[in-house]
Amino acid sequence: MDALDRAIINNLQGGFPVCEEPYLEVASHLGTTEEELLRRLDALLESGTLSRFGPMYHAERLGGGLTLAAMQVSPEDFERVAAIVNAFPEVAHNYAREHALNMWFVLATETPERIDQVIAAIERDTGYKVYNMPKQEEFFVGLRFEA
Amino acid sequence: MTPRPATASRPDNAEPLLDAIDRQIIVATQSGLPRVARPYHAIAAQLGVAAEEIMHRLQRMLETGIIRRIGAVPNHYALGYKANGMSVWDVPDERVHELGIKIGTLNFVSHCYHRPRHLPAWPYNLFAMVHGHDRAEVAAQIETIASLLGEADRGHDVLYSTRILKKTGLRLGV
Repeated sequence: MDALDRAIINNLQGGFPVCEEPYLEVASHLGTTEEELLRRLDALLESGTLSRFGPMYHAERLGGGLTLAAMQVSPEDFERVAAIVNAFPEVAHNYAREHALNMWFVLATETPERIDQVIAAIERDTGYKVYNMPKQEEFFVGLRFEA
Repeated sequence: MTPRPATASRPDNAEPLLDAIDRQIIVATQSGLPRVARPYHAIAAQLGVAAEEIMHRLQRMLETGIIRRIGAVPNHYALGYKANGMSVWDVPDERVHELGIKIGTLNFVSHCYHRPRHLPAWPYNLFAMVHGHDRAEVAAQIETIASLLGEADRGHDVLYSTRILKKTGLRLGV
């Protein structure tokens, strides 16, 4: 990664213009050409340095359900339960974390009502209680990482 | 990470007000924008809608918060942020709003939410995701939050992720 890659990462985490030739506009701001910017973006996505480039949608405002949930799973049972939980298409992310509550996952559903049904199904299929922790208020989302 | 101004929190129960064309735009762009000279024209051609219409609708979704922002999402592990902790705090309910806004302005906090307690197993009601190059850096960030909260910090913990079990991303309800 060189200075231009870093400038692209640091300057393009939001505010990408909505206009006829947005890459040209960004490129001239960064002191490079449109072709070079497009080439760099492709490479950064290809290498996995960037995981996405585009609009970030606000899931709940699209009418779906979203929540964070946790379970306290016995270590010897962890892989079995992880496989059951991960098999639900509504489970978007699932992380192992260091705590008595050691499995944390995000549920994203087509409708808000569906959240409770999926939680009940996970409890039934795994035999573990699910702690539902839907957000009650959002204070900030959207860190800018400096490259 | 760069400092940024405080953002006011917004309710999430606003009417989506999306029509069929908006939904087509969302489906066409949720995995990314075309990397061609005129990306909005490319989407327009794909959907059979005028480019001006696409741009107008994207602008409106930005203004109404349906689109949080348009840009790049870095893989923070690839950028060297290897220590990612979910810091959780037990603060008085009547102060969670005020304190959450304050914590959300810290430049190392990527997400900050009020979530419910589950007593006795889970006493924490304020969640702040923090990111550092190593755990020592995260520990210093936790100290910063603790000193900001002062006596409102009735207990806290940091849950480091040890393994990603699944990461498919959100499938938007469209």
